[in-house]
Amino acid sequence: MSAPSTLGAARAVFAKELLLERRAPQTLIAMTLFSATTYVVFHFALNRDSVAGNLASGVLWVTITLASLLGIGRLFVSDRDEGGLEAFLLAPVDRSALLLAKAAALLSFLIALELVAVPLFALLLLGPTPSVGTWLRLALILLLADAGIAVVGTLVGAIAVQTRARDLITSLLALPLLLPVVIGAARSTAPLLSELGAGTLPSRWPVVLGLYDLIFGLLAYALFDYLVED
Amino acid sequence: MPTSAKLYGTRLRGLAIATFVILTAGFALAAFYAPIEADQGFSQKIFYVHVPLAIVSLCGFIFGGICAIQHLRTGDPRHDLRSYTAIHQSLIFCAGALVTGSIWAKAAWGQWWVWDEPTLVSFLIVFLLYATYQPLRFSIEDPERQSRYASVFAIVAGAFVPLNFAAVRLANPLIHPRVLNSSGGSLPNDMRVAFYTCLVGMGLLFITLWKYEMASKHTRAQLRSLRRKLQSDDQAPVQGRSAAPRLTAP
Repeated sequence: MSAPSTLGAARAVFAKELLLERRAPQTLIAMTLFSATTYVVFHFALNRDSVAGNLASGVLWVTITLASLLGIGRLFVSDRDEGGLEAFLLAPVDRSALLLAKAAALLSFLIALELVAVPLFALLLLGPTPSVGTWLRLALILLLADAGIAVVGTLVGAIAVQTRARDLITSLLALPLLLPVVIGAARSTAPLLSELGAGTLPSRWPVVLGLYDLIFGLLAYALFDYLVED
Repeated sequence: MPTSAKLYGTRLRGLAIATFVILTAGFALAAFYAPIEADQGFSQKIFYVHVPLAIVSLCGFIFGGICAIQHLRTGDPRHDLRSYTAIHQSLIFCAGALVTGSIWAKAAWGQWWVWDEPTLVSFLIVFLLYATYQPLRFSIEDPERQSRYASVFAIVAGAFVPLNFAAVRLANPLIHPRVLNSSGGSLPNDMRVAFYTCLVGMGLLFITLWKYEMASKHTRAQLRSLRRKLQSDDQAPVQGRSAAPRLTAP
């Protein structure tokens, strides 16, 4: 029997992640509940019934970034506790397969989260009603940012899971590393959520986000092998 | 005679004297020779401390990343020690750059902290990121894994530095004075002489401190292994958890 290809192994691990999440939903439910609660917190903390423009974009991105920390923190926990990492290391496959699978799993969690959390945000807090075109542009920004969060999150999650103070290290490492994503995403969504109707999307921010995704994708690919050695 | 202690201990005195002389000369030039800037007056003199601190600390972070690459490639713990020492000293220099930058901001713009000042904000982010380096090391018990993960962190953070500067700069209009632009700087000659002397002095200060700490760490590791040889194994002192890299097997 020949060794499975990297993509095949990645697909198998990815399917396992989704199956685990379906059988015992932990991450997604936690992330969604967290973001809904955060909106309520924002409502009272800001004492506002509706937000628009910069403020709306800020509320949205703070919520998504903090919710993603929950997903990042849990990404490798079950594998470490149940011996999944050792089993993976025993398999004759490339270690990048694990990176691919975990990043894809985190990406799909983030997309699933946003499918609920962003409409909920529009319903609960957002003042202006976005048009279809605005939604599409918003989706593009969300996807670009999600890719960055997924790559950096996988790297940070793999580091943090081997430490004693896992949750602490996750937030301390991930937040500064994700700041360029937050800057780019918040700056590009602010004109979309403006009260004066959706403004034009400044084209440099999607480029910055894409560049960030690319650089950290390559870095993660180069460095991930060192994080799953034993 | 242990070789590695020799390696780091030599020329330390000469280096220290050179650092002292050049840095003193640089500060003297900055204080007495360089003209008082027309716009900002005397407060602009802090520039001769702030900018060299900032440049040296960024170079130190990058150097730490390069040592980390070497460490991952070769697995030699000495590279990890180099990276560790460079990063934690750069962190101190970075804190110095933040404090002096804040003082300058107060003098020049009337506020201790200016958010629409991309370089200062980038520095804060870089500082916050590298501040997690020590907690990260400390929270991993296995020394081999600790050094490997710290190296991965050092490389990621090293790559993050320029990206972060680009992102923060794009987010703000420029108000930070561009001291050294691509056309070779807009400084008048007498200011430039003082500035470069300060920069060289600060770089030498970094190198001296770095070598000093390396020598100290190597000496301590050798002392420990000698002590272990003197005592029997069961009497050997138990090493506590540490964030610093270990050169000898525990």
